[in-house]
Amino acid sequence: MNIKINGKIVPITSSGDTPLLWVIRDELNLTGTKFGCGQAQCGACTVHIEGSPTRSCSYPVKFLGTKEVTTIEGMDDKITHAIQKAWVDNQVPQCGYCQIGNVMTVKALLEDTKKPTDKDIDNAMGGHICRCGTYQRIKAAIHQAASSLA
Amino acid sequence: MKNLILIAALFSFNSMAKVVKPVKSNETKEMKVERVTKSLAYFEEMTKVIQHPRCLNCHPGGDRPTQGMDMHVHQMNVQRGENGDGSVGMKCSTCHQDENNASSGVPGAPRWMLAPKTQAWQGKTKGQICRQLKDTKKTHMTLEELIHHNGEDELVGWGWNPGLGREPVPGTQKQFGEITAQWIATGAECPKI
Repeated sequence: MNIKINGKIVPITSSGDTPLLWVIRDELNLTGTKFGCGQAQCGACTVHIEGSPTRSCSYPVKFLGTKEVTTIEGMDDKITHAIQKAWVDNQVPQCGYCQIGNVMTVKALLEDTKKPTDKDIDNAMGGHICRCGTYQRIKAAIHQAASSLA
Repeated sequence: MKNLILIAALFSFNSMAKVVKPVKSNETKEMKVERVTKSLAYFEEMTKVIQHPRCLNCHPGGDRPTQGMDMHVHQMNVQRGENGDGSVGMKCSTCHQDENNASSGVPGAPRWMLAPKTQAWQGKTKGQICRQLKDTKKTHMTLEELIHHNGEDELVGWGWNPGLGREPVPGTQKQFGEITAQWIATGAECPKI
């Protein structure tokens, strides 16, 4: 089957029940997206499907059809760059493993909510676990990114 | 459960639509007692499904779904959100897809989302739930539509197909639809409490 990912249509050979994460990492070699728990409980594997954050470890590739997947490698716009700068300014990552998933969700949050409150952030980000405990820096960086886009 | 199967066995699912009819105005006192008794018995059977944790988990009283047979609050700060399908950035569909996922263990069914607040069941008595179900402003469906919702809706049907070792709700969805039809056909009576 073919899938649309980061603006390109690419052929894949994985069976339909294969989790999208395996296709992205092992078949397409897009290793920015991380394997964390494999149970949709940590958020590390988050990608966008039609712009919505989705846990790719729990998404059979057969459900894609013509829906477009965007991974961290395909993120290149004003909001993403604002997030990137805020992440650097706030020195958010420690080990960095979970940050890709976090950034994917932040992008969706800021697309929808121009000035998110702490509650908006908590509600959006609750599915991302950070082993290093960078939650407060993530929150500060989200506020900075939102302000810079205003 | 045994009662539920016996009652369901008496009726054909195909005849569901036909049994939705108004109670006759010329019924005697004895007939009324018999009808009301039957109707309450049907509803009692329905509550074995309605009040099962598998169903209650997505009919919360507040803005947080619950999970598991112990009905603990859903992990990850999952919220009802504006439309009952989660918050911006974390929709139900962020994790739950159209079918149970065997590899991750995440449950799934089409239109995975919470029941509307007007159909909150947690913390309600059987009588309160019953009266909610009859209030079409709160169900947004007619009683006839409720029969098909209970008996055929795919998301409701997940209760009998929860996947990965989860305990299913009692009986079958077909039986649930049949009993709903009989409850309505006998006047859709509700327990006082």
